[in-house]
Amino acid sequence: MQQLNKVLILGSGALKIGQAGEFDYSGSQALKALKEEGTQTILINPNIATIQTSRLLADRIYFLPVTPYFVEKIIEREQPDGILLSFGGQTALNCGIELYEQGILAKHHVEILGTPISAIILTEDRQKFAEHLHGITIPTPHSQSATSLQQALAIGEKIGFPIMVRAGFALGGQGSGIAHNADELENIVTNALSFAPQVLIEQYLHHYKEVEYEVVRDCYDNCITICNMENMDPLGIHTGESIVVAPSQTLTNEEYHMLRAASIAIVRSLGIVGECNVQFALDPITSAYYVIEVNARLSRSSALASKVTGYPLAYVAAKLALGYGLPELANKVTGVTRACFEPSLDYLVIKMPRWDLAKFRGVDETIGTGMKSVGEVMGIGRTFEEAYQKALRMLEQNFEGATPPDNFFASLEEAEHYLATPTPKRVFAIARALQAGYPLEKIHDITGIDLWFLRRIQNIIDAENTIQTHHTLDTITANELHEIKQLGISDKRIGELTGYNELEVRTQRQQLGVLPSVFQIDTLAAEFPSHTNYLYMTYNGQHNDVQPFANRGVIVLGSGPYRIGSSVEFDWTSVSTVEALKKYQKHSIIINCNPETVSTDYDVSERLYFEELTFERIADIYDFEAPHGLIVSVGGQTPNNQARALRAYGCTLLGTRAQDIDRAENRSTFSRLLDTLSVQQPEWNSFNTLEDLAAFAGKVGYPVLVRPSYVLSGNAMKVCDTLEELVRYTQEAAALSPDHPVTVSKFFEDAREIEFDAVAQSGQVKAHVISEHIENAGVHSGDATIVLPPQSIPTTIQDKVIQIGHRIAAALSITGPFNIQFLLKDSQIYVIETNLRASRTFPFISKVTGINFMELFVDALFEDEIPEVTIPTIPFTPLKAAQFSFARLTNADPTLGVEMASTGEVACFGEDMEEAYLKAMIATGYQVPQKGIFISLRGDDKQAAFEESLPHLQALDLPLYATEDTWHFLRQRGITATLLHHPEEQAEPTVEDSFRNQHIDLAIIIEAGRLHTDFDAYYTMRRLAIDCNIPLITKIKQARLFLKALANKDLATIPIKAWDEYQVVESQTTTPDIERPLVGNRG
Amino acid sequence: MRNNGGAPLQSHGRDTQMAHGKIGSAGQYGTLVLEDGTRFEGKSFGYAQSQAGEVVFSTGMVGYPEAFTDASFAGQILVLTYPLTGNYGVPKESLWEDDRIHIRGLVVSNYVDTPFHAQSTMTLSTWLQQEKVPALEIKDTRQLTQHIRTYGAMLGKIIFEQDIPFHDPNQDNLIAQVSSREVTTSGHGKKTIALIDCGTKRNIVRCLLKRDLQIVSMPWDYDLFATTNDFHFDGIIISNGPGNPKLATSTIQTIRTALDNNVPTLGICMGNQLLTLAAGGTTYKMKFGHRSQNQPCLMHNTQRCYITTQNHGFAVDEIPEGFEPWFINANDGTNEGIKHTSKPFMSVQFHPEAAPGPVDTEWVFDYFLEQCSCNN
Ligand SMILES: Nc1ncnc2c1ncn2[C@@H]1O[C@H](COP(=O)(O)OP(=O)(O)O)[C@@H](O)[C@H]1O
Ligand SMILES: Nc1ncnc2c1ncn2[C@@H]1O[C@H](COP(=O)(O)OP(=O)(O)O)[C@@H](O)[C@H]1O
Ligand SMILES: [Mg+2]
Ligand SMILES: [Mg+2]
Repeated sequence: MQQLNKVLILGSGALKIGQAGEFDYSGSQALKALKEEGTQTILINPNIATIQTSRLLADRIYFLPVTPYFVEKIIEREQPDGILLSFGGQTALNCGIELYEQGILAKHHVEILGTPISAIILTEDRQKFAEHLHGITIPTPHSQSATSLQQALAIGEKIGFPIMVRAGFALGGQGSGIAHNADELENIVTNALSFAPQVLIEQYLHHYKEVEYEVVRDCYDNCITICNMENMDPLGIHTGESIVVAPSQTLTNEEYHMLRAASIAIVRSLGIVGECNVQFALDPITSAYYVIEVNARLSRSSALASKVTGYPLAYVAAKLALGYGLPELANKVTGVTRACFEPSLDYLVIKMPRWDLAKFRGVDETIGTGMKSVGEVMGIGRTFEEAYQKALRMLEQNFEGATPPDNFFASLEEAEHYLATPTPKRVFAIARALQAGYPLEKIHDITGIDLWFLRRIQNIIDAENTIQTHHTLDTITANELHEIKQLGISDKRIGELTGYNELEVRTQRQQLGVLPSVFQIDTLAAEFPSHTNYLYMTYNGQHNDVQPFANRGVIVLGSGPYRIGSSVEFDWTSVSTVEALKKYQKHSIIINCNPETVSTDYDVSERLYFEELTFERIADIYDFEAPHGLIVSVGGQTPNNQARALRAYGCTLLGTRAQDIDRAENRSTFSRLLDTLSVQQPEWNSFNTLEDLAAFAGKVGYPVLVRPSYVLSGNAMKVCDTLEELVRYTQEAAALSPDHPVTVSKFFEDAREIEFDAVAQSGQVKAHVISEHIENAGVHSGDATIVLPPQSIPTTIQDKVIQIGHRIAAALSITGPFNIQFLLKDSQIYVIETNLRASRTFPFISKVTGINFMELFVDALFEDEIPEVTIPTIPFTPLKAAQFSFARLTNADPTLGVEMASTGEVACFGEDMEEAYLKAMIATGYQVPQKGIFISLRGDDKQAAFEESLPHLQALDLPLYATEDTWHFLRQRGITATLLHHPEEQAEPTVEDSFRNQHIDLAIIIEAGRLHTDFDAYYTMRRLAIDCNIPLITKIKQARLFLKALANKDLATIPIKAWDEYQVVESQTTTPDIERPLVGNRG
Repeated sequence: MRNNGGAPLQSHGRDTQMAHGKIGSAGQYGTLVLEDGTRFEGKSFGYAQSQAGEVVFSTGMVGYPEAFTDASFAGQILVLTYPLTGNYGVPKESLWEDDRIHIRGLVVSNYVDTPFHAQSTMTLSTWLQQEKVPALEIKDTRQLTQHIRTYGAMLGKIIFEQDIPFHDPNQDNLIAQVSSREVTTSGHGKKTIALIDCGTKRNIVRCLLKRDLQIVSMPWDYDLFATTNDFHFDGIIISNGPGNPKLATSTIQTIRTALDNNVPTLGICMGNQLLTLAAGGTTYKMKFGHRSQNQPCLMHNTQRCYITTQNHGFAVDEIPEGFEPWFINANDGTNEGIKHTSKPFMSVQFHPEAAPGPVDTEWVFDYFLEQCSCNN
């Protein structure tokens, strides 16, 4: 085994649909594996919120785009011996393939470690790969590839409809779909070919079982399967969109091993060294099978398999890439056995996707062969019912289990519709249908879901009926209750069915001694003793595998599923907290249910409960462990929402007191508090009647911002410009959350937005950072571009911000992380909201300033008084930008508003804002335009605002395209552009043509103010740009900055520097005298 | 309630009664009693008749019909660590590993009485009742497994109304009970293999038929080298089988003769232990054996490791003179097969015929058959 001195690892960049947190897990494990070898590691990943981009893991980190251009520059500087391509998802893989094909890796003598690149390329070319498989007599669906529409149509006719269309070199099923006729085929193919070189036209396999295998192979040709997984949804629903159960439940030994043997044959034929995922279609009747695809890299499924089994797949894959053999590696979990074995489970798990489709106007809610989900959860149990209902509760969407909330469906007809059309609602349509007495066979015929699974759901429905009809809480026996809990029915649900509240059920359950058991996940089904920290709870047992930590233990509540508004940043805050706890000899106990996270890794915490973040389960664990305390402020809003109930139950919360958290979360109490502190906030009020609402809006004047209380990431928020809008919206919104009054506030236009992030101890701010949004308020803070230190905020204002921060910290006697969002309007500052928890920006500010704010928080918990930390001066410009996934969300309107829409983020550093912004834009999928720019500015104000960009536009010297108004505007300024027409203008050339013909590689489409009319011609243009894979900008400030950056910066000369080359300077920042009275005319 | 080391466990039995209506399936209750006094109560889903045997656990996650009909389990009460059993029902008899169930009793965490599979002909419960095999659903099979792992495989009984004494199957000549009574011939290949049936799994025969051979299957105590015996054979395969190898004296005698006559010989599982004894090696009873489908076997002095199916409670201790280790268990270092340094004698402790389990070592048959050819 040759000794490598320096190895380059490509990360996956920002989280996007189809490529999410799982690659932080795989990258982090790879880095650990290399560190053990004493190999120097260089990581390229602009995703600053990840754990892998923490100093403790990689020796050197570049917050730069994972594109061939930047990677080559870095290779030139670093001269690594080897490169790992399979730990950064499709992004890293595609980048690696390009580097290889351009001969860059050979030129710099960089060896590709692990699986040979030829194999990777082969698996990515669906046509060639099918031929390869036939060569080793392994069947694939009848198919043929096409590079043009005509070709595709011809093949379609030949194969016969319905047919499956898939795009080559794409991920998460992007561009794929099922065509039932030539028209649908034409749509799918034109769309797919606008970003993929090749499509595969394939025979559609109706209602086949979909089964996956995770295979590992070493350079000695040892080949094992770590896990097999069965999709509950039939083929046709992407594995990332399917409910997945592991191990397979409905396969016989013959089927299981036929597919296992095929996976191994394939992996051997490809010469994989490391990890590989194989997907099969299995005929439920004849047991005939076809290969769907192979991913010759770590994937979402392999991350899942790793959490399913406890087998550290990514870690092992990295070691194998370095030349180790499987028998040489120890089984990290048991410590006594080898890594060369196939895990045996004495439990089963259910993975469920988390969707956030409701957030997107106009989005098509059906699910299919392309991914739309933004995250996932994993329920562990010893009956299907137990694991299944855990998973549903883990989704954090207020489901109590298998049965839908009352009037979840308006009618049985609606439920029927959702039975036939696959959407996130289907599982509840099934439950509803079963409640209504539909025969299993009928549901099976409609959905294609195996009867075995349907029968399990039936079992839950039956149990619920029995509870409702036979049981009352005071007569129920321990055995009855125990059998109910063995089906995973929650206390709350039992309460609903028997007419009690959750706590009454809990008390009764405890009195009857019906308690969950704590079981270990040990990879060998108890065949060998093991000291693993990986735990779950089940009622299908009567003993505990571990002893409580008692006072040594500290529970840290994790983030739960990734979703829009709560993502990998909260895994970083959790893991950083766990790290910091070590310093105080506390045993960290993580509770989390998200298999994509690093916090659920086998070697991160002292103890991991892979469990629900529900009150019931947290309380169970708290009761069992009897820990020193519990931390709710580092996992985002999910744990934060549990604070009150947990405190009431008697849990010791470490940090800010629950009632103070409440005072900040509750708008009325909070605004009363602000008044007493004479701090301004946008005038607001809550109402239960439309009359009062309208009256208030009339008084403060439109626009107004309407929302329910306790919101996360702009959920159900809307800006209303007119009374009509207000009326229409409040009806919908009220329906959204009946038990919350509608809140309305004065909405400020053209206001700046400022973030204040800090850590306090007993009410005293110990460290703080102010950052500034580039976009105006009105773009959700999660979508906004954020720079620090502020570029355009006067110090007087910053001082006021600091003062207010201090006052609020004192008033709420905060101990821990918190975040305040400010508006700046006419040099007045207003507080929008305060979160008494770590915010989305904490990884960013911690990594930029070099001060780990989570460490500071833990110090604040365990030390009497920690010194105030002066933030160093930052002589460079770090900038954080959002990543959007509109391309996946068919028909969604790609605009920005008060509702958060982004799925991820990146951060890049630069000498100035232009440089940092250019890098960040490229890191989020934009490119330097080469062909042409399309511009459409609505309204005179936008045109005026664009004036300053005209010189930059001209400097770029590219063909310009515009629609009529903008075309005139440009011509008046002496700028020539090609006039493009809307469809209704009946004139050539049309916008659509030039978009589709790829004449344009940057589209600037700016709305006048907010969108008044939905789905107009401008919506069509925006959507078309996305569907043609043309980078789109919809905010004037972004357009101006981007054009300026393009004009003033030249990629060729842009500095390529590692994180450690951006040095902060220790400084004596004077904290302003807090006593200075604050002049403020109240809103 | 915890496993308070050594002391007998007492089940609350709280898992064991039935709630109203459809929660759980209606049924009788029985008790699993271990020789150390540990008791587990459970819902019965098999034939409600008391049975005694040796309690062992298997960690395989799939293939219960194959396992239950594997004669190597004769005399044993099998605990499955995978919590769900019965999912895909019972296939037709031709797909079994023998014409009947061999386990003496079954213990699982959750029995699924609603199987769905195209191949299913009946529910597991129906099958167990037809074959008069008792089965219990106790919830904490993990605790039971840990107990056996810690204190070793032990005698036990599943009792209903009437209690019965413990019984040690390893005192019986189990091979004699499961071996076929007469000589049968199958296949029409040019080459002939003599298959000594100590309780052979059908898949051994299937594997050989696939390789176009004639197979003459004979009882364990059949005198293969008797002058009266007229048929020619190119090699001998000694099958898997239950119990203590030392009791199969006549088979050991046959193998000795085979070795003396340089007849190519392959032993499988029990066959591995019998070849060892015949060649002058020794065997011993393991603490709780290997019963799983994920046992890693390193080919001696190589980096090649195979995932194998295993089902044995005895193992090879001293390797006989002239032989060398062929495979070693990568987890616990126990012997997994031996091979003669110069002659065509070899045996494996695992199951190259799989069923249930991974098919990765089927090549062992081909390797052996090559030896047969070069031998004459
Ligand atoms: N021939 C087919 N018939 C029906 N469904 C299919 C077919 N091929 C693929 N699918 C479905 O499409 C999904 C995505 O296809 P896949 O090749 O796995 O794309 P990706 O590379 O995005 O995972 C699969 O998970 C499967 O459910
Ligand atoms: N009164 C207001 N005027 C203008 N913009 C506002 C106002 N209130 C909120 N916003 C915008 O809406 C976004 C979301 O509002 P916020 O209260 O922070 O919701 P969330 O709890 O989802 O973060 C803010 O980031 C800001 O851009
Ligand atoms: Mg796939
Ligand atoms: Mg906010």
